[in-house]
Amino acid sequence: MAEAAAANRDFPRLYGRVGSLHRERLLALRLSYASLIFAAIIFLAPPFYMLVTSIKTNAEMADQTLNPWIVRSPTLEHYAAILGNPVFLTFFKNSIIVTVVVVTVTMVISVLAAFALSRMRFWGSQTLATGVFLTYLVPDTLLFIPLYQIVGGLGLLNSIWGLVLVYPTLTVPFCTWIMIGYFASIPRELDEAALIDGATWPQMLMKIFIPVALPGIIAATIFAFTVSWAAFVYPTAFITRPDQMPLTIGIVSQLVRGDTFAWGQIMAGALIAALPPVVVYVFLMDYYIAGLTAGATKG
Amino acid sequence: MAQVSLRGVVKEYEGGVQAVKGIDLEIADHEFVVLVGPSGCGKSTTLRMIAGLEEITRGEIAIGGEVVNDIPPRDRDIAMVFQNYALYPHMSVFDNISFGLKLRGFPRDEIRRRVDKAARILGIGELLDRKPKALSGGQRQRVAMGRAIVRDPKVFLFDEPLSNLDAKLRVQMRTEIKQVHQTVKTTTIYVTHDQVEAMTLADRVVVMNHGVIEQVGPPNELYRNPATIFVAGFIGSPAMNMIPARLERAGGGGLLVRLDDELALPVPPERTERYAPHANRNLLFGIRPEHLTEATRIDKRNLAPITVTLDVIEPMGMETLVHFHINGTSVCGRVDPAAGAEAGAPMALAAHMDHMHLIDKDSGKVL
Repeated sequence: MAEAAAANRDFPRLYGRVGSLHRERLLALRLSYASLIFAAIIFLAPPFYMLVTSIKTNAEMADQTLNPWIVRSPTLEHYAAILGNPVFLTFFKNSIIVTVVVVTVTMVISVLAAFALSRMRFWGSQTLATGVFLTYLVPDTLLFIPLYQIVGGLGLLNSIWGLVLVYPTLTVPFCTWIMIGYFASIPRELDEAALIDGATWPQMLMKIFIPVALPGIIAATIFAFTVSWAAFVYPTAFITRPDQMPLTIGIVSQLVRGDTFAWGQIMAGALIAALPPVVVYVFLMDYYIAGLTAGATKG
Repeated sequence: MAQVSLRGVVKEYEGGVQAVKGIDLEIADHEFVVLVGPSGCGKSTTLRMIAGLEEITRGEIAIGGEVVNDIPPRDRDIAMVFQNYALYPHMSVFDNISFGLKLRGFPRDEIRRRVDKAARILGIGELLDRKPKALSGGQRQRVAMGRAIVRDPKVFLFDEPLSNLDAKLRVQMRTEIKQVHQTVKTTTIYVTHDQVEAMTLADRVVVMNHGVIEQVGPPNELYRNPATIFVAGFIGSPAMNMIPARLERAGGGGLLVRLDDELALPVPPERTERYAPHANRNLLFGIRPEHLTEATRIDKRNLAPITVTLDVIEPMGMETLVHFHINGTSVCGRVDPAAGAEAGAPMALAAHMDHMHLIDKDSGKVL
């Protein structure tokens, strides 16, 4: 009897506590949704505005009386114009060439460098690893003037190959640093096991390190891709000939004539230019997250 | 299959710190040798030098009669099992086990045959398509052993392979390792800090401390006749009792071990000659808990009665541990659960003097 009475006495209080916990959880959930939605609006408003503008007619754009966020008569004429413009396609081609070459060169150099710096002990390897990172801290806005001299001296001004030469100064240090971190997280016993199994250093890199560090390699690839696709300062400084321009500066330099802005085409071009990074992110993110959640080696 | 020789092996790190201070050890073909000692005693470093993962500062290591000091690990024909298994996380069990064979260019059907054989020995046939992350700790350990067995190397090296497993699985895997060794008979060097593992697995145990070998011998030999105070204290659980004592001459040419003013235990006559030179010295009297027991339990010869007041009793089921003090030193004895031991009560025990040890405190040697 006494026990039952005690239980009756305690239960409501217990329920009350559980209820308040539940309420707190709900509040936290609502707050996080609210802040996420707020952040999403802030970040997505510009691309949305670009999209809206890119499918408006020039007349609609010029009409100050209309709500700028609403399209009345959507048109694809700006997209048709820009995709039918051989100059724009040249920009696109230039961007692709530069990015593919830079990403490839960057990943080859930084994976090899990170492997050596994280696993082979040699004189000065620690200092070198720190030095690699420090070079990344120098901003490109400081570097473009001396680099202009160098690129000019090599006769690579006004050539995409000048860009291919200088972009890795931005991408290699950071990617090497990311890869050093990933390689360092691979247990040393793994390479020792491979050594005993009969692997040479290159085999160890190809068969153990690269597959195991794939999430890191993808993260570094995304970074290198973004940097070289979106680079603005270096091409602005080094390229003045339209046939060598990448998308980023091509759009603004060729679609602005004096004080006439071809807004529709600028927006359409910018959206098309933004498409490849989005595709790459969406495609690689799955691998990236899958890799992050993969099982560890210990049990 | 091969013997392993270590001659004057020294490992010195930068700054002159010596992890291994000159080790001589001969390991016979087919032998199972366990290196045991506390952490930092140099046992793992020694194993890694044999594997070729650490350079040898001085001395010589030979495998199968061939000096391997300058030979890289892959050409030493050894296989190693690591504490954290070191399985390749992106490969299936089959690929993990066959990795070494593939690198060495074995034909496909030979690889299949060897992996199947190793999987059969270890009972992991159904796991071959799984990734390491889908395996339990014990299964991972078996795969790591499979990777070693499949190569049919001259020597197996085990570096604390059971430390990551829970207690029950550890006992089970211990038996399996012993069975595997009895099947494949490959010379095995096994490193552990667990003296029970060392005792149960080894043909010979090598006890290491501070970078030197304290004693080498079969498990029971080390247990019965430890050579140093370190081995006496390290091997056996609960540890050997060591009580400060004075060796005195008794009437009739005999010797007495005096523990305090009232308590003096007679040394067995057959040991008188051995201990006589140390008469009238302050020594440590060493005796294992199972040799401090109720008088009725062991044979009557060379029994020295001691009556003590028990501080604590610990029932273990098959026996009961009793703790008491002799002259300020905490001492442990082992009695039958039915012997009526009670905390706070006096109890009549007997020291089995045939199993006594006398230890020189200064040199650390067992006399």
